[in-house]
Amino acid sequence: MTDAPRESRLRVRPYALTGGRVRSSTELALETIVRVTSRGEASAAELASERRRICEICVDPTSIAEVSAHLKLPLGVVRVLVGDMVTEGFLEANAMIVAADEDSRPDLRLLERVLDGLQAL
Amino acid sequence: MAFKRSEPTPKSGGGVPIPVKIVVAGGYAVGKTTFVGSISEIEPLTTEASLTSHSAGVDIAGEAAKKSTTVAMDFGRIGLGDDLILYLFGTPGQDRFHFMWDDLVRGAIGAVVLVDTSRLEDCFAAVDYFESAGLPFVVAVNAFFGRIHHSLEDVREALSIPADVPMMVTDARDRAATKATLLELVQHALTKAGAPA
Repeated sequence: MTDAPRESRLRVRPYALTGGRVRSSTELALETIVRVTSRGEASAAELASERRRICEICVDPTSIAEVSAHLKLPLGVVRVLVGDMVTEGFLEANAMIVAADEDSRPDLRLLERVLDGLQAL
Repeated sequence: MAFKRSEPTPKSGGGVPIPVKIVVAGGYAVGKTTFVGSISEIEPLTTEASLTSHSAGVDIAGEAAKKSTTVAMDFGRIGLGDDLILYLFGTPGQDRFHFMWDDLVRGAIGAVVLVDTSRLEDCFAAVDYFESAGLPFVVAVNAFFGRIHHSLEDVREALSIPADVPMMVTDARDRAATKATLLELVQHALTKAGAPA
């Protein structure tokens, strides 16, 4: 990190939305599914526009990757925004990855359900 | 605006589906997005991962990494019953995209390496990476117009693919072929999970 942000920029750089942070306090995977909470629904109108959009998108359970695609914002930015919103209680998340556990493979039972689900397609 | 949802749900079990993912790796224009799109219930979406200072801590080699600090990933989703969603993430197979693979493979069921037999070198890095990460993977040769130019065993030898890694011919445009490829991968992942090396 070299310079302070310059006033003369024409566009808001994506990471300005996150205050320059590239990591959120909670680790969210690409496929982590989030959904708006009743608190998020109640507060959406007062939130900053991109946060309000996230609340709207996440009325239906939606993954981080999908939020990123719909908002056309880089994954890293969405992770930070959504991570904050989970911490603040506007969103609830499934499958939040707490530790960077390289061996966190789905277990046998889950794999069997995926196999059955695919076969039934 | 009014939100349509009746009641709050508990963190697990009560409504937010469980996500699972499969990585689809392969060289440029090998058919990753076609493969994903042939079975996805949504039109494949695109997201962009940037090389942030967080991932820059990982050593990435070469000029390419300096020039290209973002990578677009196409992905699709398949609902499996009421409470499971399978995501398929397409990712380039060359090692300059290494910076995002740790993220992609964490928690993944496994990977499908899509191969174009005229450009085998495009997937060397992905095969190496998945092998060293211990991620279950299968190698699927995409047969354009139903033909492949080399036998599966030739491809296995050229890419030094271990004998226990399933290989198959697929057709990325064809839903049934894509489904069969995914089933093969999940079956392989089950075998590996049931009998850890």
